[in-house]
Amino acid sequence: MEFFLQLLINGLSVGLLYGLSALGFVMIFKSSSVLNFAHGQLLAIGAFFFLVLVSWLQLPVALAFLVTLAGSFVLGFTVERIFLRPLIGEPLIFVIMLTVGLSSMFKGLLLFFFGGNLQTYPDFLPASLGMQFGGITIAPVYVASSLMGVTFLVLFGLFFKYSPQGIFMRSVADNQTAALSLGVHVKKVFALSWAIAALVASMSGIVLGVINGINVHEISSIGLKVFPVVILGGLDSIGGAIIGGIIIGLLETFTSGYLSPSLRDVIPYIVLVAILLVKPYGLFGLVEIERV
Amino acid sequence: MRAPRFHPCGNYKEVYARELALFETDFGRLWAFVGIAALFCVVPFVSPPYLLYVVNTTGIAAIAALGLNILVGFTGQISLGHGAFFGVGAYAGAVLATTCGLPFLVAVPGAGIVAALTGMVFGIPSGRLKGLYLTIATLAGQFIIEYLLVHWEAVTKGTMGIMLPGASLFGLEINTDLRFFFVIFASLTALTLMASNLMRTRYGRAFIAIRDNDRAAEGMGIPIFFYKLLSFAVSSFYAGFAGGLWAYYMRSISTEPFTLGLSVEYLAMVIIGGLGSIPGSIFGAVFITGLNESLRFATDALMNFPGLSGYGLNMASLREFAFGLAIVLFILIEPKGLAELWRIVRSSFRLWPFSY
Amino acid sequence: MENEKDDTLLLVNNISVVYSDVIQVLKGVSLKVPRGQIVSLLGSNGAGKTTTLKAISGLLKPENGKVTDGEITYDGAGIQNLSPEEITRKGIIQVLEGRQPFKYLTVEENLRVGTATRPLKPYKKDLEMVYHYFPALTKRRKTMAGYCSGGEIQMVVMGRALMAHPKLLLLDEPSLGLAPLVVKEIFRIIRLINEEQHTTIVLVEQNANMALKIAHYGYVMENGRVVMEGEAKDLTENPDVKEFYLGVGAGGTARSYRDVKSYKRRKRWL
Repeated sequence: MEFFLQLLINGLSVGLLYGLSALGFVMIFKSSSVLNFAHGQLLAIGAFFFLVLVSWLQLPVALAFLVTLAGSFVLGFTVERIFLRPLIGEPLIFVIMLTVGLSSMFKGLLLFFFGGNLQTYPDFLPASLGMQFGGITIAPVYVASSLMGVTFLVLFGLFFKYSPQGIFMRSVADNQTAALSLGVHVKKVFALSWAIAALVASMSGIVLGVINGINVHEISSIGLKVFPVVILGGLDSIGGAIIGGIIIGLLETFTSGYLSPSLRDVIPYIVLVAILLVKPYGLFGLVEIERV
Repeated sequence: MRAPRFHPCGNYKEVYARELALFETDFGRLWAFVGIAALFCVVPFVSPPYLLYVVNTTGIAAIAALGLNILVGFTGQISLGHGAFFGVGAYAGAVLATTCGLPFLVAVPGAGIVAALTGMVFGIPSGRLKGLYLTIATLAGQFIIEYLLVHWEAVTKGTMGIMLPGASLFGLEINTDLRFFFVIFASLTALTLMASNLMRTRYGRAFIAIRDNDRAAEGMGIPIFFYKLLSFAVSSFYAGFAGGLWAYYMRSISTEPFTLGLSVEYLAMVIIGGLGSIPGSIFGAVFITGLNESLRFATDALMNFPGLSGYGLNMASLREFAFGLAIVLFILIEPKGLAELWRIVRSSFRLWPFSY
Repeated sequence: MENEKDDTLLLVNNISVVYSDVIQVLKGVSLKVPRGQIVSLLGSNGAGKTTTLKAISGLLKPENGKVTDGEITYDGAGIQNLSPEEITRKGIIQVLEGRQPFKYLTVEENLRVGTATRPLKPYKKDLEMVYHYFPALTKRRKTMAGYCSGGEIQMVVMGRALMAHPKLLLLDEPSLGLAPLVVKEIFRIIRLINEEQHTTIVLVEQNANMALKIAHYGYVMENGRVVMEGEAKDLTENPDVKEFYLGVGAGGTARSYRDVKSYKRRKRWL
């Protein structure tokens, strides 16, 4: 029973982490329908940026955190400006291919500067954040990531549902020409969505780094985990991303706990396909409205 | 004997058969034959051994890319599992050759058929899923196949890999790069012809109709699920055939190469070459393989450069960076792909000196 | 002369439009749209009506089109080849052809997108105004637009444009594919908007009959040229227009293709 509960807790926290990582991905998808293959690298860039500030430059943690967020915001903005903007109006698949190219560019750069070894942050989270239920412990970092996950879920949900910018973003994803005809600043919307996505990604990257240590390959592969997560939840659903993340996280921990660790990476995909066959647009995705 | 056809200065086709013709002009047909003849008679005899090896791998990649273009470019189903189907082909070829003891001539097409069946299984979600959701389902296929290749040890021998016997065709040992060149490129020519002919049949037209609007295609009475599965099967057949050839060419295979990276590379070939263009797939294969090889060459040269050899690991990462950069630049500069570039070059020759 | 300039909101002077640097669609089109009036653009498919509207609203750019010649003057300033973001902020809003709602947004969210040109301003009053003109939308507020009927969607896209407080509204075939009664209702509202909000309207239509009823002035386009213009009343009386656009021929019988050709031959001398 204790084993089960520990697995449950682990699964939940890992899942929340996946969900958090997926938020930025959903952000870009919602505004421009682009599958971002470079998302894992955005996570990694955030994690390494923070590493440089905290370990090498010895900045205080809070300041380093803020600088990382600001830096990644600017990075997302710049990436959109240089690479994505010229492709506005081209078929989506080219944009997707471009993000594939970007991912290998970023990965190459990160490997060049930091190498493929595992690095760690100095310990900075207060131990008092940790929780204890009977024999089960929850590490401080999981508590922090859960808090962050829930906060951002709520913030994003409100943003897309009520704020004008959020509605404009959705309108652009829906019908670009019509949005343009009403004077929506399409380019601004894209730039903003990339900036916000990079910001959220870097934050999740930091959390991942705290938990698993920072390694280019490891964090980049989380970028791929994001795909089953968001598809399971429904590509355009913020809440779906979180719930999809939790489902995948639970599946992973329980498979490796009860079946075999090597199945860990496959079971989520099998379940994913099974669920998609029943619900083709994910659990919470919008059903495509087709009028021929 | 009818008069030879040249490029008309407009669209003057009067019968549907002319619209369907493989070669628009007799001149085009002539050039195609000259090109193929040059490929077979000149290239293998003037290339140094290493270049010939690269040319051979390019030919294999082109076969697989052709298959992917049938699925992605013509039927509009974006797949991220092509590398895995290639792997299935390679393993099927190896198992057919060793465990079943089948000859080369049977094992390679057999590998294609096994891959085609696998492709159909993983194409089943296409009955319900569309667009990016389907793409992710094929991604799931990629991971599931990768897992099976490693863990189904009874068949695949796991991480040990499989050694293949030498290939032989009609009693002739195919054991040199030169001999493989002829086998590979004869297959490529035949399969290219098959693909272009397929697109002229009702099957090809159904594929294109599904790509353009599957709901409308269904309304026209095209059973779209059947054709989507067929497209998956044909595409995986090409991948499997290429995989089988590759296994024989390498003589030993292991599970490592058939990753998501390979799938993405094939997708890059198809997109950079030109979606929905048969010559485009071949251009794309040449571009990506050439890029890979020249980057490898460049980093090797840099690594052996005195004073830089200490940075060996970092050089490999620079190669990854350069690969990404090339793709990005290419898409930014010519997003329609190499096939479009080829068309522009061709038409400017055709119109010379009166181009507008 | 001075007076006339003040009266004209939009002046399109001899513009040519070329798509992808090759295909010339408009060959010297001139229009004059007086302030506060409804001007109707008629013509068959492919005559260049939609292209004219897109040239004005700046939406040619995403389609790789360009105004290569002539100028478009709006409120005394040239606006040809400006970006759609700039043009919409000057008060020119186009309602696209073929009803393009934001399918996954609710009706009310659709309307809110219309405030893009005036962000951060209160919009509650505008919403009420739109619901006043299109009462049918009131009970559909929370419905996803993709699930509304054709008539409701037309109302949504027009209401969306009204939210931007346009000075010049470009309507592209608002009657496309709608039932006759709905068409009547839509046109009634268009006139109402023109009268009450003093919005200048350019109306592109196939339904010449309805369009000429509410318009003050009309242009007839053919093959990228304006072939005829005049007061709406005069156009309605014109025998050519009567025959080929209003469908009330001299004999009242169906016309054969040969007659159309003879019409085209005649028209060349106009």
